[in-house]
Amino acid sequence: MKLAKVTSPHLHDRSDTSHVMKMVIVATLPGLAALSWFFGWGVLINLVWAWIVALGCEAIVVKIRKRPLGYYLNDYSALVTATLLGLALPPLAPWWLTLVGVGFAIIVAKHLYGGLGSNPFNPAAVGYVVLLISFPVQMSSWLPARGVEGAIPPGFIDSLKSIFPLLGNASVDIVTQATPLDQLKQRPGLTITEIWQPGSAFGRFAGVGWEWVNIGFLIGGLFLLFRKIIYWQIPVAMLGSLTVMSIIFWGGSGSEGHGSPLFHLLSGATMLCAFFIATDPVTAATSNRGRLIYGAGIGVLIYVIRVWGSYPDAAAFAVLLLNFCAPLIDYYVQPRTYGHNSGHNSDSDRSGDS
Amino acid sequence: MNRKLFSFPGGIHPPENKLQSLNLPIQSVPLPKRLILPLQQHIGAPAKAIVNVGDQVKKGQCLAQPQGFVSASIHAPTSGAIAEIADHEIPHPSGLASLCIVLQPDGEDSWCEAQPIADYSAAKPAELVDKIRQSGITGMGGAGFPTSVKLSPPADSKIESLIINAVECEPYITADDMLMRERAAGVIEGALILNHILQTRETLIAIEDNKPDAIAAMRRAVEALSESHNSQPHNIEIVVIPTRYPSGGEKQLIQNLTGKEVPSGKPPLHVGIVVQNTATTYAIHRAINHGEPLISRIVTLTGEALNKPGNYETLLGTPIEHLLELAGIDNQQLSRLIMGGPMMGFALDSTALPVVKTTNCLLAATNTEYPEQPPAMPCIRCGACAEACPASLLPQQLLWFSMGGELDKAEQYNVADCIECGACSYVCPSHIPLVQYYRATKGELAQRRADLIQSDHARDRFEFREERLAKEKAEKDAKRKARAEAAAKAQAAKKAAAALEAKEGGATKDSSDAKPPSDKEDVVAAALARVEAKKKAKADAAAKTQQQESS
Repeated sequence: MKLAKVTSPHLHDRSDTSHVMKMVIVATLPGLAALSWFFGWGVLINLVWAWIVALGCEAIVVKIRKRPLGYYLNDYSALVTATLLGLALPPLAPWWLTLVGVGFAIIVAKHLYGGLGSNPFNPAAVGYVVLLISFPVQMSSWLPARGVEGAIPPGFIDSLKSIFPLLGNASVDIVTQATPLDQLKQRPGLTITEIWQPGSAFGRFAGVGWEWVNIGFLIGGLFLLFRKIIYWQIPVAMLGSLTVMSIIFWGGSGSEGHGSPLFHLLSGATMLCAFFIATDPVTAATSNRGRLIYGAGIGVLIYVIRVWGSYPDAAAFAVLLLNFCAPLIDYYVQPRTYGHNSGHNSDSDRSGDS
Repeated sequence: MNRKLFSFPGGIHPPENKLQSLNLPIQSVPLPKRLILPLQQHIGAPAKAIVNVGDQVKKGQCLAQPQGFVSASIHAPTSGAIAEIADHEIPHPSGLASLCIVLQPDGEDSWCEAQPIADYSAAKPAELVDKIRQSGITGMGGAGFPTSVKLSPPADSKIESLIINAVECEPYITADDMLMRERAAGVIEGALILNHILQTRETLIAIEDNKPDAIAAMRRAVEALSESHNSQPHNIEIVVIPTRYPSGGEKQLIQNLTGKEVPSGKPPLHVGIVVQNTATTYAIHRAINHGEPLISRIVTLTGEALNKPGNYETLLGTPIEHLLELAGIDNQQLSRLIMGGPMMGFALDSTALPVVKTTNCLLAATNTEYPEQPPAMPCIRCGACAEACPASLLPQQLLWFSMGGELDKAEQYNVADCIECGACSYVCPSHIPLVQYYRATKGELAQRRADLIQSDHARDRFEFREERLAKEKAEKDAKRKARAEAAAKAQAAKKAAAALEAKEGGATKDSSDAKPPSDKEDVVAAALARVEAKKKAKADAAAKTQQQESS
């Protein structure tokens, strides 16, 4: 009998990366349900199409890189990227938009930088920004949410046909509309009564439907926190700084007032970003204090770009800009090692206590 | 008695797996056929054998003396004959062989004369420390540092606290737990002796809260002490700490109990603390009060490959296979044999190795218990390792530096402060062997330091040689120069003399002629005269013969 000659530790926790990834996908379900309810089948069709594209791209690159295929596809990381990007796309985004976005995310943003764990930028955010810059019209063509006057999400077949026009023309005209965030930006003269009039795109706190979508992602995010898949520092810091910014610059209830704190918290991609995109550990800061700074930076940037920038929503830009800063943050906020005076250089300690 | 705890960062809660070895009381072990006693069972210099092959020895007789300050002696665990003093494989992660004394028991188990110290409280600390040193006691928790060294602090240091580490935070191990359950009074006695030596303000016995029976036994023993030692107040306190691995790490325990941190690279003495392990404390009691040197210890035998797991009082040097058989080993199932716990213990590749002073546990695991790790996935920087690290390091950064061979960076990020508890590897969802990488990096750093010292020496030697050669050359040059100068001076003097002569030539010619000729000139003149005379005689003779012929 041969005895294994291995070094300690011999004991291991049962968790693994694919479990982490699966949990993230599961946690998007409430938000996904809300999106589907308010915007129809297009959301689900987009998502499935994004998964297919992601797995296809992943498989091709893994094949080219001559790595074991099953081993890499089983880590579910491509599916997470596809899910997050798919959820952020307009519900009836044409098929090629998803193809370009997900393809760019997986091939360029992830694998050209070395694959899982080596990419400095969040692949989903990169894919989104590429699409937003390249195809601004398609990217801002959102359906009005269910509940906005005259808006009923198209059925399955119509959604499928408008995403894949090759299958035939949709039987109804699909009406698109700017999102509430967009409206707030593009139409400065709205008064409070106009905003709150029945049937407008604005709901109780934020946009119609958008409130529930964000609450859905918030629930999913709390689940991830509860399961210890993500740490609280990034979402709390991000939502906190966004709240603080929107309180400081809140100038009344009209569209000139930049929107209330609740409007910002429950609009656009706020919650998706706070719990699912900013928390991507690969591209975020790693120490606890670093995570706080990183999250707060994203919150501030989201507000700044939403209010004073030229894009209605800003989560992807904010995340990418902070991705740039993550190594720097990590460098400057190292935790203090046991038995040292500072986290940094052991030299200063040695001269300190000798 | 609720002492305020300060906690420590990180830590994990692995499955404890302690119950299976707690069903039986401490078991005795029949004498094995032979005992293998490595001369190196501790940190420091190996002991030096003072017996020869063929010698008959008694139980407790000293077989090997310490060499130097940081070293420990070895004693005969039973009576018998020295069969061999030779290299044998020892239980060490390196798997290398080292010098061992092999003892053939005679079966009588007869003691040599024990020399206990009658009343330790009347003895001088130095005398007690010496007795502990003579008894070969080393740390029995894992590292095996000679205990007497820890008890000899520099004269100017003030020891505030004595901590008895009865935490036993590693999963599976129950040796200290059983020891405290069955022999609590002995452990307390040992603590009193240590306190007498160090004269500390407080004596804290720290136990994890997953050992309620041991805690109760120890509390009873302390109460009994308070009743019997009415005249002598003691300062022993049982501190129950929450179960969390690695709360028994020396540095973590100190931080948890006192809030103090031991500065990097310094011993706990630096902050006025001495930590001793439970089993060591008990061994001190046996050595001082009973005169028994360290010849046996309690070993936890556990793991799914054993039918009769439990704690066994084992003579040092007992071959592991002897113990495993006793505990009902299923050799077909055994796939991994670990000395120590599953977090920090090391795998042995043979069952013929002996039990040594630091063998607290032998874990005979099956393949289902410890399956092979799946291949490592890329690091996703999830930070679980940093959350688990009790030293507040950044394990994922250290991993990049270790993989990339960036030794300077790794050093800057304090890889040297890694206590190798393995918590990071335990939690890693990508199954990356983190602590294994750090161990390798530490090894490379040590190698680099050694190389640096060596190259410094070489450079010093080279520079010294250059200097010496240069000095020699300079000396030679100086000598040559001096000689040349002397010669030149002589030449100059001669020239000057000649010039003087030439100058004064005319004026002194007569006078020189007038001088009586020197001897040399005389000889030359005489020789010339002789040649002239010879020539003349020859010419005369020739003329004479010519005249005769013509006539």
